[in-house]
Amino acid sequence: MVTAHQLGCVRGGRLLFTGVSFALARGESLLLRGHNGVGKSSLLRLIAGLLPVFAGNLSAFERMAMCDEHLALDENRTLAGALSFWAHMDGVSDNAVSAALECYALTPLRDIPVRMLSTGQRKRAALVRVLASGALLWLLDEPGNGLDAPSLALLGAAMQAHVANGGCIIAASHFNLPFAFTDSITLQNPGEPDDAHL
Amino acid sequence: MPVAFLLLVASLFPFAVGPDVRLLGQTGGGMVWIAALLAALLPVDRLITPDRDAGVLDQLALRGISEEIVALAKMIAHWISFGPPLIIAALPASALLKLELPVIMRLEVGLLLGTPALAALGILAAALTAGVRSASALAGLLALPLAIPVLIFGAGSLHEGSHGALKFLAAVSLVLVALTPIAAGAALRAGRE
Repeated sequence: MVTAHQLGCVRGGRLLFTGVSFALARGESLLLRGHNGVGKSSLLRLIAGLLPVFAGNLSAFERMAMCDEHLALDENRTLAGALSFWAHMDGVSDNAVSAALECYALTPLRDIPVRMLSTGQRKRAALVRVLASGALLWLLDEPGNGLDAPSLALLGAAMQAHVANGGCIIAASHFNLPFAFTDSITLQNPGEPDDAHL
Repeated sequence: MPVAFLLLVASLFPFAVGPDVRLLGQTGGGMVWIAALLAALLPVDRLITPDRDAGVLDQLALRGISEEIVALAKMIAHWISFGPPLIIAALPASALLKLELPVIMRLEVGLLLGTPALAALGILAAALTAGVRSASALAGLLALPLAIPVLIFGAGSLHEGSHGALKFLAAVSLVLVALTPIAAGAALRAGRE
């Protein structure tokens, strides 16, 4: 579904990483590891097509959904209203949004304006958008940030269900998510010794 | 907002130059054009930057919607938000400046033809300065020189028998409206890195 061969990324004139290769088939998942600033988010944006590929080949055929630190929901609309905007963009029905809200235990908040949500609720709202989109490939950038233990469990369950349905997940996280990834990559800036952060 | 702005400027203008009917009649039309230009640039820091900062542009790109389409949609939306209200507000503004009926007619036609160009300039400047600090000041500096043709032909069309100016104004509008989605789209893409 996604294959990357010897990917390299340059940001602001600085080489972040080179030689990143992986291949994901349906139902597989990949965890990106590495210390802050190593380029985990950049790799996710590169896969999403938001950054140009500096070196190597990347092919991703499936529809993607991304969850990063930006909420991208209209602050003044209700949670359900803001999510249904993207549901229309994705061509899915509002029922998919309702089901996804239920999945992340946000149904009681569906009529609350987005600007009133807390940090963890915002993160869950972004994850609802990913789940409701129906996309096969999920790109999750620190999906566990700001989530409490019950919410983390909901996230783990949603990821499990997605993979069981033949979906793919590429996630970057600096702490352990309650989910068993099939593969993982540790990114490293060029020129650093191998055990710099181990 | 643009309506209140235009009416305020139109009511302040006679205080600045004095209540001379002949002078107001001669200069009032050009003043409306200046006010229209500034009204188009008024919301320039709210056109692109909030969507960029909230990640909306990223999410749109992820869904295969090109930056050019986004810029085109924003241009149309920006025009709807200030163009028609401005054209309507120009009527009471003309009354405040005591413009004559034929001048008012030419002003209204000119605004109809010229405001799309102003909307295009606003989006272009907003896209180029998105994410830059003190973006609105910079956007003004970028857009005002580009607005010179619009002002020349817009104000020029106010004189009697100047249909050529209206045609040139329409041409400037067409060029800006056609080029802006491409240029602003490229700016949005470049701004992502």
